[in-house]
Amino acid sequence: MKFLENIVNKMEPKFSKGGKLEKWNPVYESFITLAFTPKHTTKLGSHIRDGVDLKRTMITVIIAMVPALLFGMYNTGHYEMVAASGNLDLAYGAMFWDKVLAGAAVVVPLIIVSYGVGLGIEFIFAMRRGHPLHEGFLVSGMLIPLVMPADVPLWMVGVATAFAVIIGKEIFGGTGMNILNVALTSRAFLFFAYPTSMSGDKVWMSGLTENLGKVKDAKEANPEVVTQLAENLDGFSGATPLGDLASFMTPDAVLKGENIEAGANAMEKFTSEYSLYDSFMGFIPGSIGETSTLAILIGAAILLITGVGSLRIIASFFAGGFLMGVILNAAGGPYLDLPPVYHLVLGGFAFGAVFMATDPVSAAQTANGKIIYGLLGGMMAILIRVLNPAYPEGVMLAILFMNVMAPIIDHYVIAANIKKRLKRVKQA
Amino acid sequence: MSKTVRLRKGLDIRLIGIANKVKTEAKVPKTVSIRPADFHGMTPKMLLKEGEQVKVGDIVFQDKYSDTIKYASPVNGTLKAIVRGAKRKIEEIVISADATQSFDGGTPIDHSSLSGEEIKNTMLAAGLWPFVRQRPLDVVADPKNEPKAIFVSAFDSSPLAPDFDFVLHGKAKEFQAGLDALAKLTSGKVHLTLNGKSPADAAFKDAKGVQINTIVGKHPAGNVGTQIHHVDPINKGEFVWTLNAQDVAIIGRYFLTGTYNAKRTIALTGSEIKDPQYFETIIGANVADILDGKITTDNVRIISGNVLTGNKIDQDGYLGFYHNQITVIPEGDQLKFFLTKGWFGPGFDKFSNSRLFPTFLSTKKKFRLDTNLNGEERAFVVTGELDKVFPFDILPMQLVKAAITNDIDGMENLGIYEMAPEDFALCEYVCTSKIDIQDKIRQGLDVIAEECM
Repeated sequence: MKFLENIVNKMEPKFSKGGKLEKWNPVYESFITLAFTPKHTTKLGSHIRDGVDLKRTMITVIIAMVPALLFGMYNTGHYEMVAASGNLDLAYGAMFWDKVLAGAAVVVPLIIVSYGVGLGIEFIFAMRRGHPLHEGFLVSGMLIPLVMPADVPLWMVGVATAFAVIIGKEIFGGTGMNILNVALTSRAFLFFAYPTSMSGDKVWMSGLTENLGKVKDAKEANPEVVTQLAENLDGFSGATPLGDLASFMTPDAVLKGENIEAGANAMEKFTSEYSLYDSFMGFIPGSIGETSTLAILIGAAILLITGVGSLRIIASFFAGGFLMGVILNAAGGPYLDLPPVYHLVLGGFAFGAVFMATDPVSAAQTANGKIIYGLLGGMMAILIRVLNPAYPEGVMLAILFMNVMAPIIDHYVIAANIKKRLKRVKQA
Repeated sequence: MSKTVRLRKGLDIRLIGIANKVKTEAKVPKTVSIRPADFHGMTPKMLLKEGEQVKVGDIVFQDKYSDTIKYASPVNGTLKAIVRGAKRKIEEIVISADATQSFDGGTPIDHSSLSGEEIKNTMLAAGLWPFVRQRPLDVVADPKNEPKAIFVSAFDSSPLAPDFDFVLHGKAKEFQAGLDALAKLTSGKVHLTLNGKSPADAAFKDAKGVQINTIVGKHPAGNVGTQIHHVDPINKGEFVWTLNAQDVAIIGRYFLTGTYNAKRTIALTGSEIKDPQYFETIIGANVADILDGKITTDNVRIISGNVLTGNKIDQDGYLGFYHNQITVIPEGDQLKFFLTKGWFGPGFDKFSNSRLFPTFLSTKKKFRLDTNLNGEERAFVVTGELDKVFPFDILPMQLVKAAITNDIDGMENLGIYEMAPEDFALCEYVCTSKIDIQDKIRQGLDVIAEECM
């Protein structure tokens, strides 16, 4: 690597203070520190420092997301083919490489847009502030595509990323200062700004909206002829399991005359359509990275073994969700009867617990606070999911809400610690 | 009523280069030096001029604002230079030592017949007082305060630290005399805390007139701060005095012989030292003779003290007033390519408290660590990592943040009165964001000293 070092040494004066390209120093520094851990030595205090730095921490999180990403790509490819053919019974393992390619064609552009827009904005802020790029967005940039529905237009992802980076993070001061999780901020932005592209039944399969559009156009042009596509897609829903579940609760279902009072029947119908195994493995429609609980748990194992993710948060989040599932079961009712285990493997629950709630900046920061934060977050996620059918995905809102509440939780944990010390004074 | 404390938190940093248990008498140093910076917050007022003769125990300067605290010369010789820095601040007082040194000729002082006040005055007049440090603030003790207890640690748990059992072996009499004298300074107890992991030397085990506690755990178990917190914590308005075990022996020696004999056994340690071992030398001694021919590589950092809290010194620098060891480690001012030695490398040469490097699987391997920061400074991102090495019932990150923001109420509430910068040394070591935590805590303590003391 000597020749690279020589290049660095040659470039250094140009970018350092007084050099010709001084203005670009933050950008230069960002790339150089990516290639080399810099020469900086300890000046004050401890003469040796731990080998770990933020870059290594962040890259570990990205590595932990890879299983979910790869599975998400395949799943996206699978449902793109399902949407094109209308054949819901398409064998999951068939046409493996075609599905990989089709999925990559959808997911890779999303990743490129997310990183491109996000890092571009980050560089502008880094230059304004005169510091090299901070690593936080490396993780956010990967999370954003994973929480998007497959059919989301690229420009929306760009707008949402820009919103999340600027409003969610940079106005607070950048990495380490944000109040809300950046990736969830982008998703929430799209969810409320462009609800038709972010929720409902048609967005979860890449190409479905387009294909339905084609069918509609064909119908309008010539109502007599029924195309093959139209035949295939007739009565095709494309909904996620949670969307299906939510429909149990809506008046629509009642109007259609479905027997929702027989909650057990509805549940039976649901569980036969989405087996626990399929839901756990991820053979269901949903946001790109969220479907496979298995892939997410592999990521969780990486985070926990390396110690990057907080076991307190992940475990208590799952515990909170399960607990709320049990409570709702006890209450009983159409949607409330869903077995608690289902809640943990459906939708974004596992993904949120492992990758979103554990964001150390926006989560609670004290050890006890993390347990409370996780527990309440998990309970809230299931509560919103079940009791408010307008938001079948409660996890995003629950985590954002807990992000806002985290400082209050910490405040009381700290106050308890202070109180303990004050008590000591009175005893003496 | 002794106490046994078990710590779950902490970290032993395993470095190459621990000193072999061989003691050599070092040559009499050509110069010794006293650095006012070793006594945080003290402004010296010189009592001698350059070129004047000094005898061992003569007072060289005193604290300008607390003039009972005096600082003595550890050798016979001539005051060679008063080195001044910006704004004529005194940075160093250099005394050239006579070729032969004699510490005889004093009259023993019977400390058992003296009252506490008399002991205090004797120690102040003899220049022994700076050995006594106080918490809160971690500065030389204010003799006007009454301490609720005095703490002495019988071992040092920091990386490559000297073994006090070896260092003070056979000096039980001096050590005991020192403890006896100290016991009169407080109405409370003198606490001597032993290492629960290994049997202590007779000098410690059989100490009389003190409460002997045991502490078991990783570093910072040997820090007095940890011991105070678990045995008799400090509350606002209280004072605890602390001393280094070797300095207790120096005080004892003074009472037994009547002379200020500042001899100390230090460990010469570190991965860049050929044949690390112990030396007997004098406080403030120039280390050039000791280091001569011992350093195996160029581009090293020489540290007076341990790697966590010591000061960087030059090859002809001086042993710090409170230091028991010299450590030499490689300087880390090289670029490290990210795939080999850098941030994304396999990391077989990295020691980390996180489990992000494969070396976490080994509990035995020793490391040759350099002074590279291994990253760049960032805002606090990772949470919970400081807690793992911080065996106090105190929230470290919140306290550091309060110190950074000069939040006096916050610091008081979160327990700054118990803290010294050295208690945060491990936090600083493990910090992913590479924040200079010890410095932040010192700044916080300075604010507290100014506003609340």
